[in-house]
Amino acid sequence: MKQIDLVIVGGGPAGMSAAVAAYDNGIKNILILERDSHLGGILQQCIHNGFGLHRFGEELTGPEYAWRYEQQVYERNIPYLLNTMVLDISPEKVVTATNSEEGVFQIQAKAVILAMGCRERSKGALNIAGTRPSGIFSAGTAQKYVNLKGYMPGKNVVILGSGDIGLIMARRMTLEGAKVHAVCELMPYSGGLARNIEQCLNDFGIPLRLSHTVVEIHGKQRLEGVTIAKVDENRRPIPETREYIPCDTLLLSVGLIPENELSKTAGVPLDRVTSGAVVDQDRQTSVEGIFACGNVLHVHDLVDYVSEEAEIAGKSAVAYIQGITAERTDIPLSTDGKIRYTVPQRITQKKDVTVFFRVADVYRNVTIRVSDGDRVIYSKKKLKVAPGEMESITLRPDQFADAKALSFALEVK
Amino acid sequence: MVRELTCIVCPKGCPLRVELEDGVVKSVTGHTCPRGLQYANDECIHPMRTVTSTVLAKDGRVIPVKTDRTIPKEKMFECMELINATVIELPVTVGQVLLSDILGTGANLVATANADESL
Repeated sequence: MKQIDLVIVGGGPAGMSAAVAAYDNGIKNILILERDSHLGGILQQCIHNGFGLHRFGEELTGPEYAWRYEQQVYERNIPYLLNTMVLDISPEKVVTATNSEEGVFQIQAKAVILAMGCRERSKGALNIAGTRPSGIFSAGTAQKYVNLKGYMPGKNVVILGSGDIGLIMARRMTLEGAKVHAVCELMPYSGGLARNIEQCLNDFGIPLRLSHTVVEIHGKQRLEGVTIAKVDENRRPIPETREYIPCDTLLLSVGLIPENELSKTAGVPLDRVTSGAVVDQDRQTSVEGIFACGNVLHVHDLVDYVSEEAEIAGKSAVAYIQGITAERTDIPLSTDGKIRYTVPQRITQKKDVTVFFRVADVYRNVTIRVSDGDRVIYSKKKLKVAPGEMESITLRPDQFADAKALSFALEVK
Repeated sequence: MVRELTCIVCPKGCPLRVELEDGVVKSVTGHTCPRGLQYANDECIHPMRTVTSTVLAKDGRVIPVKTDRTIPKEKMFECMELINATVIELPVTVGQVLLSDILGTGANLVATANADESL
């Protein structure tokens, strides 16, 4: 069996950034396994700008952001296999993969980084009543058709869900000559970034219908229209508010799910809130030597944070392979509900810890507070927090050195 | 007159409040960086946007492109017409200028990905 120090599953932004960080920290025997025909992952179809402000201090498009990392991979001659599908990862870190040149093959890795990304929630997950005509796409599928294949999926569009991909596609379809009649959002707030509401909807006069959902699909062969309705505070449609909108295309932008089938084969326990692995500050899962980063760990809104997180995983995988650890500890992180989750969920070593977290609702004038029992070890004021905008803080070991457990809470004035 | 805007310069999306008098910006609040201040001024006087799209290559592929600087917002659709009327030769590399000085805006249309001649 082939022996490789570090196998990285996925060659998107997380995989590439993890590989570069691992290489630069002293592990050269790396292999990236990518199932698509190119590196870069989903960035290749995200042709809009807005990537890289944190990382590179300039606004890049998705393919340009990917190219920055592809170049780093090429410059270092980090090996990668394209068109290669990983089938199984064992807890002993035996990676089974397949491609058309080598057939099925196995690799014994010293460490594995999971960087498989996420996939879109599909129509099947929504249980919308009505017929099943063509013309219903996930926003990402439509994005692939328009931006990579040059096909327009339709002319008259309704979008369900106000996630960023849906908002971006509202603008994209409009620029290419389609009419976007409405973006319906079940929640009373958008799941997308405020800037995308502004530049993708308001710029083109596209109505955002908050607290609205699609209740019925019409059409036999091709979609002919949808019925939308307002929902009450329990998110149940109000029948009197039913409204028919003729359209030939319905795009769904209703959430992303980390793609963790392989993590399960490796016996990696998952967090019920994030649907990603439970990890420590190194982004090491509960299975020793298996790390996770990027959207497979939890769904990010900015690729810049994916790269940052992947660097942590890459560096940590090197430390693991080389047997270097900081002083051990075991501190679980908990949340108060207003904060939905933290990544990591656990601190196992005394070193700087970058914690990403998301809130459950839109709150204004808040204080983010991290406490060990009654002792507040960190606090930070924010004017506004929203579920669509991930927060991050960095804790130093001197702040949590003697802590038993850390609780993350949001105090709302 | 007061205009409430959402800054689009970065993902923070700061809420901006601009006080205008006879079309002249008197004060801006809510921004957290100099670029946000610039955006608030521009947005009230001459809104500018970057256009990103794809352009057709001779072999039928589509290649991602962008304007290398912002153009007046009202020219976005005219810019799209120009892009959609263009067919380019391959290969192209990231940053290669495909159309210069689009619609007299001073902005160039540049490729945002590499594409070889062969598929």
